[in-house]
Amino acid sequence: MNFVYERFLGGKSGALAIGILALLILVILPLALDLFRLNLVGKYLTYAFAAVSLVLLWGYGGILSLGQGIFFGLGGYAMAMFLKLEASDPESTSIQTTPGIPDFMDWNQLYELPWFWVPFESFTFTLIAILVVPAVFAFIIGYSMFKRRVGGVYFAIITQVIAVILTVLIVGQQGYTGGINGITDLRTLNGWDIRTDEAKYLLYFLNAILLLGVIMLGKFILTSKFGQLLLAMKDKEDRVRFSGYDVSNFKIFIFCISAVIAAIGGAMFTLQVGFMSPSFVGIVPSIEMVIFAAVGGRMSLIGVVYGTLLVNYGKTAFSETFPELWLFLMGGLFIAVVMFFPNGLAGIWNKYAPKVPFLRPLLAGSKKAESKTEPAKIESEPTTEGAK
Amino acid sequence: MTTTTDFLLAIEDLTVSFDGFKAVDALTMYIDKNELRVIIGPNGAGKTTLLDLICGKTKASSGSIQFKNAEMTKQAEHQIVRAGIGRKFQTPSIYENLTVYQNLEVSYPEGRGVFGSLFFKTTEQVINRVNEVAKEIQLDKFLDTEAAILSHGQKQWLEIGMLLMQDPELLMLDEPVAGMSAKERDETAELLNRICENRAVIVIEHDMEFVKKIARKVTVLHQGKILAEGPMDKVQADEKVIEVYLGH
Repeated sequence: MNFVYERFLGGKSGALAIGILALLILVILPLALDLFRLNLVGKYLTYAFAAVSLVLLWGYGGILSLGQGIFFGLGGYAMAMFLKLEASDPESTSIQTTPGIPDFMDWNQLYELPWFWVPFESFTFTLIAILVVPAVFAFIIGYSMFKRRVGGVYFAIITQVIAVILTVLIVGQQGYTGGINGITDLRTLNGWDIRTDEAKYLLYFLNAILLLGVIMLGKFILTSKFGQLLLAMKDKEDRVRFSGYDVSNFKIFIFCISAVIAAIGGAMFTLQVGFMSPSFVGIVPSIEMVIFAAVGGRMSLIGVVYGTLLVNYGKTAFSETFPELWLFLMGGLFIAVVMFFPNGLAGIWNKYAPKVPFLRPLLAGSKKAESKTEPAKIESEPTTEGAK
Repeated sequence: MTTTTDFLLAIEDLTVSFDGFKAVDALTMYIDKNELRVIIGPNGAGKTTLLDLICGKTKASSGSIQFKNAEMTKQAEHQIVRAGIGRKFQTPSIYENLTVYQNLEVSYPEGRGVFGSLFFKTTEQVINRVNEVAKEIQLDKFLDTEAAILSHGQKQWLEIGMLLMQDPELLMLDEPVAGMSAKERDETAELLNRICENRAVIVIEHDMEFVKKIARKVTVLHQGKILAEGPMDKVQADEKVIEVYLGH
């Protein structure tokens, strides 16, 4: 029990921060928002998986991936393929030339299901694929980069290029992937209609609980010796190597973990939003994910969730009124955060919260349990979201 | 080629060339168990390159490095460390964001694999070892201090301490007293004399006063070759050495 408390929650302050986040996303938001808005928050929270993955990879590992959209997409597409196959039963596709295959295949003169689609008829296989395919893909990228000691900006560029390649591939292979429109018109999961209000609520809670689980997994990694080694590697990679560690293995592992986390987000995105398209795979979403992490605080597993919510709330609010301005604003926000608040919202919280009198007793004694470099919780900011 | 020796470290015919320039040229030298060896030489003599070669940072063009009769030239850096060779870098190379305690703990030679490190538990044994080493390097009062705010000399000691955590049989120190105050130099000399009691130590140093304090046997490198080798006073009297190095 104590082990769980220290390692998965991160001691007193960590447990408090997770508790507050859980309260917000499991109780306050569902009570305060109508289903349409809650579904929107659910969508944002799927991006938060990618932001959390970047805390581990970028914040602690010092490895900037500009291609988390790849893994978000892989998870999302795996789920979408399963749902699409279920939606394409012979009865409902009877007007097609070849009934029983997804509609976009039929439009693209495909007469049978491509071989790599076949296993996605199994839900078990799909669930495994959501976790394993991104991990294997990340392993291949990571192995070929990190074993050759490719890092820093080169790694960032290469991941970005892979994101572009994947997008081009998906768009170009319309018959196999649904092309630019993505995989749409998803209806049921093992016969359970995911478009009903009840399903939307349930999926929202499933998503929120998974997110909390992933954060706890992150805490477990960061409070271990592995977490300290990540920080050590970020600072003096050679010293770690010449202390008897195979640095590349650590990097490959954290890259794979971050890929799996982002993929879970992608799969939950598909379930909640009801489609998947290449616009969640490429450069723009990948960079947006980095911005979520930067705004929330790339050293804080919990801060980035607030960062993601806040930026996306801003995006929705602004892009409804000034659609052209939003991208500029987002770019400006990123620059401002990097320049003035390198630790994002979490950094601001850690700096000013101890000065607020009524918060002091809550935070007292938490400093010791927490690693000095790891800022934690912010709970005041997202109330803007709740107030909405 | 491979000869079995009683030496801890046997370097034979070691050459490395960078685009034709031989930084270390057919060098042969032997280090005994528990020996403290000082390597001196003018800038560009190949001293640091030699350490780089031993610890695997630079790969040799030809020749062999045998540590306890096992060939090291083909091994990866972390394997060389695990074999028992520790190396301190010229500029203090410590983890600035971690505390002194964490710096030492991270260097403890267990939980070195990915999964080992995830499930590594800080046992009594680890804590004792950290305290022991911290005392040795005179940082036992700074365990909770963030390494970034240590003085330059303390950072150098901390890095030595991180190596001591691994209890290497061969410790290589690249200019350990560079940038230290006179007092710190004296303390470092004492530290080195203490820690070389049950291990071999190779020290690269420029500061001749410091060398005199610790040296028993000195190797003088010049243009990648050994110019002279022997006890300090003998080397100091050597004509060639005076000409290329000490005289200036």
